[in-house]
Amino acid sequence: MPEIGIKSYGACIPRLRMDRASIAAAHAWSLPSLKAAGKGERSFCNWDEDSITMGVEATRACLASGSKQRIGSLIFASTTPPFADLPNASVIVNASGLSSSTATLDTGGSLRAGVSALIRALRSQEDSDVVIVAADDRRAKPGSAQEMQYGCGALALRLGTGETVARFVGSASSASSFADHFRAEGEKYDYHWEERWVRDEGHLKIIPESVERLFSENGVSADSIDYLCMPATIPGAAAAVAKRLKIKPEAVVDNLASKCGDTGAAHGLMMLAVALERAAPGQKILVIGFGGGCDALLFETTEAIRGYKPASSVSAALARGVTDKNYTKLLSFTGEIDLDWGMRSETDAKTALTQLYRAQDQVISFIGGRCSDCGAIQFPPLVACVNCGSIKALTPYPLADELAKVATFTADWLMFYPAPPLYVGLVQFDNGARVLMEMVDVDPAKLDVGSALRMVFRIKEKDGRRHFNRYFWKAAPI
Amino acid sequence: MATGIKDKVVILGMGCSKFGERWNCGTEHLVSEAFQEALQDAGIEKRQIEAAWFGSALDKANVGNSAIPLSTALRLEGIPVTRVENMCATGTEALRGAVYAVAAGAVDIALAIGAEKLKDTGYGGLPVQTKGTLNDLVMPYSSAPAGFAQLAAGYRARYGVSRDELKRAIGRVSWKSHQNGAKNPKAHLQKEVDIDTILNAPLIADPLGLFDCCGVSDGSACAIVTTPDIARGLGKRDLVTIKALQLSLSSGRDTGTAGWDGSYVRNTRIAAKKAYEEAGIKNPRKELSMMEVHDCFSITELVTMEDLGVSEDGGAVRDVMDGFFDADGGVPCQIDGGLKCFGHPIGASGLRMAYENYLQLLGRADRRQLKNPTCGLSHNLGGVPYSGVAAISILGLLAH
Repeated sequence: MPEIGIKSYGACIPRLRMDRASIAAAHAWSLPSLKAAGKGERSFCNWDEDSITMGVEATRACLASGSKQRIGSLIFASTTPPFADLPNASVIVNASGLSSSTATLDTGGSLRAGVSALIRALRSQEDSDVVIVAADDRRAKPGSAQEMQYGCGALALRLGTGETVARFVGSASSASSFADHFRAEGEKYDYHWEERWVRDEGHLKIIPESVERLFSENGVSADSIDYLCMPATIPGAAAAVAKRLKIKPEAVVDNLASKCGDTGAAHGLMMLAVALERAAPGQKILVIGFGGGCDALLFETTEAIRGYKPASSVSAALARGVTDKNYTKLLSFTGEIDLDWGMRSETDAKTALTQLYRAQDQVISFIGGRCSDCGAIQFPPLVACVNCGSIKALTPYPLADELAKVATFTADWLMFYPAPPLYVGLVQFDNGARVLMEMVDVDPAKLDVGSALRMVFRIKEKDGRRHFNRYFWKAAPI
Repeated sequence: MATGIKDKVVILGMGCSKFGERWNCGTEHLVSEAFQEALQDAGIEKRQIEAAWFGSALDKANVGNSAIPLSTALRLEGIPVTRVENMCATGTEALRGAVYAVAAGAVDIALAIGAEKLKDTGYGGLPVQTKGTLNDLVMPYSSAPAGFAQLAAGYRARYGVSRDELKRAIGRVSWKSHQNGAKNPKAHLQKEVDIDTILNAPLIADPLGLFDCCGVSDGSACAIVTTPDIARGLGKRDLVTIKALQLSLSSGRDTGTAGWDGSYVRNTRIAAKKAYEEAGIKNPRKELSMMEVHDCFSITELVTMEDLGVSEDGGAVRDVMDGFFDADGGVPCQIDGGLKCFGHPIGASGLRMAYENYLQLLGRADRRQLKNPTCGLSHNLGGVPYSGVAAISILGLLAH
């Protein structure tokens, strides 16, 4: 049996980082104890980012280096999927430029959904490659400890046989009714039990049992572990587990608390990616998923890890962060407060699902057309060519991965926009196509005619009545 | 071979309501106000009107679909009445319908009337609208000022003008219109404003501030048109005639291909060229007595000066700063205050511009009267610079 393993990976952490001291300062009148947690920053989604858009970005980064052929399935793991019933994974497949014949699976229900999905894919004998993408946009009650601890992000892994950067050694799992926290169906927030109990009876008993089984079944010793990737927001929990298991303390991978926060279903994979970024060939990486039992899985890096550079590593994603001290921005984007946006925000954003389906290649996959007479690349692809008027069929031409520059732009302070101002302008693709687009993640001091842009998949508009969000592509400065 | 519209149709009478926040008037009152004035000016009876064109741009904010609201308001019984809509060029479209009908000989006397009731929305600026099911999925929801503000980015990049220099020039465009509007009793905004107030106003769409944006108003304007012979038969002596009526619409080229640099409006250039040919104008800077252009935003007016060939390319900033378009300048522009101060009830605006040209040509513009004007141009721009509609009409005195 050919060895299966990880072939590539890609990370997405939203650019916005909330300064924790600003959160603590806002709560100082009522919850002064939060001051101790008010250090560093946590990632949070812009108004137009969610688990799908982060998942798309991570998937695109993961697949940037290789061919998109030979991918047979994509599994999306999240505890915060935008749709409860409508395959979120299908949107990710279409937006990431994967074949429409890709099989999809949506999974969730636990923070270990990402790691569990990884085990399932590695243990199944698929002929083609599998993409695992995990994403969470974690929500916490204002003033809670979780508001400080949570973050958001996505990580995608490509699994398959052949050229892998890390081979799958083995896994062990357990199931338990241990509820360190839970979120009931339809609820906004998690409910957490006392941390000391979670650590002593959960982390320190449930995790070692699975890991020791994994070690013995695969003939691996604890001291051979080079990286322990164990997500936990309880300070020192991973170090305590390492000590209990006799794993060397320096193997404990940082949980990204200071710069990002816990990304939920994505976090185990995120920490695995951190380990892969640092690992030399032949090193062993132990990944833990905890909650209602445990998943433990082991990888060993290969020679190929030496030459592999991801299109977006976790450290690169972390480095793109921009600190924000406006706590009400976090509250507004997460829907905790409803700012008075004025009458302009009262329009109905009902999507014609018939129209969306007719135009899904344009809207979700950002596919334009190339004229078979004059060669002009264009978007949207209408019946007649924008340049020469020919009515010969346009050849589909994907634009999502094409580079562009600002042709014209402005900052619109008049129109309702959840994160004003709305940057908008004509985007000139290097390939000749031109599209009027929204521009996001803008640094106002740097944006000008000629600024380089890349395409990102985002929420175009939220339908506050039916909650069917529109997605489309926007241009972001490089 | 087509011979164009020049001198085939004359204006028998015109009317224009007071523009502004007409809290106590609905569209039916506004159209009636403009219509009664025009009827009186024309010196005819309502029953002599054989066909009408009604310009109304925003059906949801205004009176709804079709021309029935007009035929009902004016009690036009049993004649063809057509509603036209072409964004901010709607008023000129109504005029075009009526003028073409007379020129074709289909009717002797036709009515063109435009109206918009914008102040029933509850907020400033234009109503937020859907752009159609597909466009709503892929086009940004930007405001009108955001569409035109992009001209500033393109213009600065092409001519190497600094943001401050351009901001000052467009500020002066608005300053001049406020000077003019203060002399117009029908204008929405009849107040002079100093340049510092203009330059320091809150930003609406960078670099456009509050005073770079035109008034959003309620109003109506109208024209009754006929042939020169019929007008003379009705006892009219000085006749204002249509010299040109041209329109150009976007095909998507500027939004979809690399050609356009954002420093001009292609449709205005095309429509102007055709209009000058139709009217027989060779040097607009010398031959035009005045202009009423689509100054929805100050940057639009500045760029339009070049698009109309009155300023050379890259020369509008200098002309503006030199006062060439002031009331006492080479070619006065927006002598009635323009959209900026007269106001912009969308469906009425094209006809309101023609109204000022008409008054000036007949020497009836009171405190705003220019010296012996012979030829006035009006220019409408609908949509946005890169995807829109430009309409140009030129009025002149008919040679005896």
